[in-house]
Parts: sequence; C-alpha cells; structure tokens
Amino acid sequence: MSVLIFIDIAEGNVKKASLEALTYGAKVAEQLGTTAEGVVLGTAKDDLSSLGKYGVKKIHHVNNPSLDHLDAQAYTKAIAEVAGKTGAKVIVFSNNVDGKSVAPRLSAKLKAGLVSGAVALPDTSNGFIVKKNVFSGKAFANIALNTDVKIIALNPNAYKTTAGDGTAEVVSTDIAVDAPKVKVTAVNKVSGEVPLTEAEIVVSAGRGMKGPENWGIVEDLAKALHAATACSRPVADAHWRPHNEHVGQTGTAIAPTLYIAIGISGAIQHLAGVNRSKVIVVINKDPEAPFFKAADYGIVGDAFEVVPKMTEAIKKIKG
Amino acid sequence: MKILVCISKTPDTTAKIAFTANNTKFDTNGVQWIINPYDEWYSLVRAIELKEADASIVIHLVTVGAADADPIIRKALALGGDEAIRVNADSHDSFYIASQIAEVAKQGGYDLIFTGKETIDYNGSSIGGMVAELLDMPYVSLATKFELGGTKATVTREIEGGEEVCEVNLPLVVSCQKGVAEQRIPNMRGIMAARTKPLKAVEPTSVDALTGIANFELPPAKAGVKLISPDNVEELVRLLKEEAKVI
Ligand SMILES: Cc1cc2nc3c(=O)[nH]c(=O)nc-3n(C[C@H](O)[C@H](O)[C@H](O)COP(=O)(O)OP(=O)(O)OC[C@H]3O[C@@H](n4cnc5c(N)ncnc54)[C@H](O)[C@@H]3O)c2cc1C
Repeated sequence: MSVLIFIDIAEGNVKKASLEALTYGAKVAEQLGTTAEGVVLGTAKDDLSSLGKYGVKKIHHVNNPSLDHLDAQAYTKAIAEVAGKTGAKVIVFSNNVDGKSVAPRLSAKLKAGLVSGAVALPDTSNGFIVKKNVFSGKAFANIALNTDVKIIALNPNAYKTTAGDGTAEVVSTDIAVDAPKVKVTAVNKVSGEVPLTEAEIVVSAGRGMKGPENWGIVEDLAKALHAATACSRPVADAHWRPHNEHVGQTGTAIAPTLYIAIGISGAIQHLAGVNRSKVIVVINKDPEAPFFKAADYGIVGDAFEVVPKMTEAIKKIKG
Repeated sequence: MKILVCISKTPDTTAKIAFTANNTKFDTNGVQWIINPYDEWYSLVRAIELKEADASIVIHLVTVGAADADPIIRKALALGGDEAIRVNADSHDSFYIASQIAEVAKQGGYDLIFTGKETIDYNGSSIGGMVAELLDMPYVSLATKFELGGTKATVTREIEGGEEVCEVNLPLVVSCQKGVAEQRIPNMRGIMAARTKPLKAVEPTSVDALTGIANFELPPAKAGVKLISPDNVEELVRLLKEEAKVI
C-alpha cells in the first residue's frame, strides 16, 4: 500500500503545483500510516532525489522521451502500471493542466473515485471524505470516496508547500510505453512570465483601463511584484488582452495569495473565478463598485493615478 | 463525419447558491437554468462552424438528465445541431454521466466528441477524459483552437504559461474553452427549427457511481473592506506587507 503522487514536469523541470501535490500526498500518507511515492514521466533535468524533502520516499522515473509531452492516453497507461506495482491506494495529482487531462482517464480506467479540485486533506475519521470547490468557488462539497483506490486532484495554491530534510530513492522504471497519439508540433510559451494558475500574486485589470494602450501601468505593477497579469471577460472579448488572461466563472479560476483588481466592477461572474484569493485589493473610482464588498483592502480612486504610485511604493520597499 | 457535443444544464451564473435537506442538496428554488457556458459558447458553436464549412457533417447533442433538461437541449438545438439524445437519468457522479455518454457514443460511432472544459456547477473537468478512456480514444483537454483537416485535427491547448499546438488523428475527444469559438445568439429561424428537430430519450445503462456527495458548505463571509485614501498609497503597501503579509 502507498500514496502515489504524479509529479508533473515541464521542459525537464518540476512544476510548482507538483510540489504542492507532493507535500499534500506525503501528508495523506502520514494520515494513513503508509509511505508516499512519486511518479515522473519523461525526461527530467531536475535532481529528482531532492524531492525527498517534500516527504516522498521513492520516485519511480519512467525515463522515456516519448512521454516528454502530455498524451493523456499514454500517461494514464504508464501511471496505472506504476500504481499497480506500488499497490497505490491513493493517487494524488495537481488539478492543473496535466492533472485535468490525466486524472479523469485514470479514474475511469481503474474505476477509482475521483475528487477534482480538492482544497483540503481528506477526513478519514468516518470513511474517506475530501472537500472540493463547487459552484465556481461559491461553495464547497464534501465528497465521499467509496472505492478501493482513490484519486485526488488538488487545486493549485490550495495547499502550502513545506520542505524538510530527506532525499528520495530514484528508481528507473522500465515499462512499455505507447507511442503518443497526440503529436505536439509547437510550444508557444511566453518566457519569463509567471503562469497565471501558479502565480502567488495576480494583477488584474478591467474595462476601467479604457483601452489596451493603457496596460503599461498594469504591467509595471505586475513586474514590480513578480506577479502574473489577468483581465476581466469584456477586456479579453474586445481583444485588448489575450484570452488566456480572462479570469472568472467562464475563464480561468485562480486562487493566488494576493489579487489586485484595477478598474473591474466585480460582477458575480468575475468574482466566481477569483474569490478563492487569500487577500483581495480593489482599486476603483466608483465607491459603489460591487467588488469592494468582496475586498480586503480598497482604494476609491483613479487607477491612472493610484497604480503608478503603488508601483513606486513597492519598488521602494523592495529596494 | 459525425460529431457528438455534450451538453450540460447548469444554474445561471447569477443564481443564488444555497442548500437544503441538511446541506445535502442544492436548493433549486427560483434558480434559472442555462446551457453550461463552455458547452454552449465553445464546443457547440465550434461544431456548428465545422458543419457550416462542410455540410456533410452531422451533429448530435447528448445530455444526461431528467425531462426537465429538455428545454435546455431545445435551446442548444436552436443554435444548431441535427438531433439530440437525452439519457433519462438523474446525474450521480462524473463517472456515471461519462459512462452514459460513452454508451451513446458507442451506439452512434462518432469521429469527434466535444465537451466544455468543465461545468460551472461541479467544476469537475472530468467528463471528457473519462469518456475518452471508456472509448479508448485520444483526449486533448483545454483546447483554445480547433481545426479539422480530413481525418486529422490540429488543436491548440493551454499549458502553464502558454499554449501548444498538437496534431491528432480522429476519432478524438476534445474539451473546449475560450478561444475555440465566439458566443452566438440563437435567431428566430433556429428557434423555430429546433421545435421539430428529433429529441430522443433513451434509458440509462446500469453503472455504479464511484463517489457521493456527503454535504455542502458555504464559505465564511469576508470581514469587510479596509479603505485607504488614494493620497496614501504607501499605507496600502505597508498594510499588504506588515498586516496581510502577502508581499
Ligand atoms: C454567463 C456570463 C458569464 C460571465 N463570465 C465572466 C467571467 O468569467 N469573467 C468576467 O470578468 N466577467 C464575466 N462575465 C461578465 C460580467 O458580468 C461583467 O460584465 C464583467 O466582469 C465586467 O467587466 P469589467 O469589470 O472589466 O467592466 P465594467 O463592468 O464596465 O467595469 C469597469 C469598472 O472600472 C471602473 N473604472 C472606470 N474608470 C476607472 C478609472 N479611471 N480608475 C478606476 N476605476 C475605473 C468603473 O467604476 C467600473 O467599476 C460574464 C457574464 C455572463 C452573463
């Protein structure tokens, strides 16, 4: 018996969301009195044994370059095989891009109950119950998993990474891997940019910015904070910003520690995608803007004056 | 070429979220129902666009739900699609629903199956992946662009911090999000035509759900906003650093 954690790699490096999944999985293993093991698919540049500091004892590395790009079918088969070998009873994913693609397939393959979007450790006092987000962040559901093998996909930024001591034993696992049917022909990564779903801080702006030519001050603030940038739906619809920046009920749902909303009214559909943020700051010239009701800190003022001042103040404290 | 578009009925985005029966059931009192926006705006519209480019394409819609889902599926048919299938069952969990859709798909022999990236009520993002596994088809999730060239699809999908382009042969399951298509409003002709399009109810196959909902919870209310003067932006930054400790 073990808890198996899928460790997700991008260009050879372990993703931040996977470190959260590792920390979480190690904690679940402790809860169940068993050990945590990890599985890595494809080429890895990072030193995998160092992942032991997140509490994982052993890492199964399927070091096969045909797994360098996500193919849900091939990944599912490989993980199922490793899960079988290790007698995994709980399999943990991050509910990120790879997790959303692979965890449901694995659930169907193993007939293992799946909780996607988990936000807390399982409650094992009476059965096995995992809390997840529902209704786009407006509520939680406690999901009972009754199957022998259970799968949890942990929401990014829902569980804090903690590192201790320890190294993991890395074992090369030679299993038959299917040739991927999904052939990746181009990768367009905005380099140097913080991925929105992994970002600790997100600076977001809405129609109050008046036009795409005014985004400079938003980007400057984001840069000063090492933050990702986001926007409201009408801004993406008008092509002022790329559609992958659209957050909300019908865009990306995020849960950063700090969300700064500039010139966004705070419509219910917008809030649905950002209300899991730990701290919300709203800058809006209208004191009646609904967003203030969901905010922790607010400034009623003109974004074109407030935002540059804020960037200056942050640069000052950061030195 | 046959395309199956999965349609889910969800509460309107402004619906009040409340629970009954000791917090075990969603309170549907006064709730307006809509087509799940991801299903409507992206997967359904993209399927319709493909058919507009190639009239030989046949589009079927599928939903798993009781008879009260019929207005939703008619609304979807008003946008486009040739016929609809409703699997007459209350939904249990994602695996149950995916198994029903997979059964319909097996009977119909589809080349392409579209789902939305998730539903806005249960936020599972699992149906597409499960259906693909049950049918042993490739799966591309979180698509932002979808092009068809003969029996090959070129799909752009989201990755952390960007996008990647991939090529896959049909048959294929794809989950769609923003970028794949633009929202459309049904017109009068579509609404009239939808009335006579076939909507077939079929009985579910027997499948055990893998999960159950123990209960629901609402998040704790926010303490209230602390307002800072626009002439004192330094104070906001100080509070974020020293009080909230987030920068
Ligand atoms: C089914 C459905 C789904 C939706 N999904 C989403 C979603 O996922 N995400 C989303 O964002 N929206 C979504 N919407 C749209 C949503 O209802 C709002 O229309 C949208 O969020 C408003 O965007 P906004 O706040 O940028 O613009 P507006 O509502 O126009 O607000 C602009 C704000 O900027 C302020 N402002 C103007 N000038 C300044 C200035 N100089 N300085 C400071 N403040 C200024 C104004 O006071 C105002 O509050 C959805 C709507 C529907 C019907």
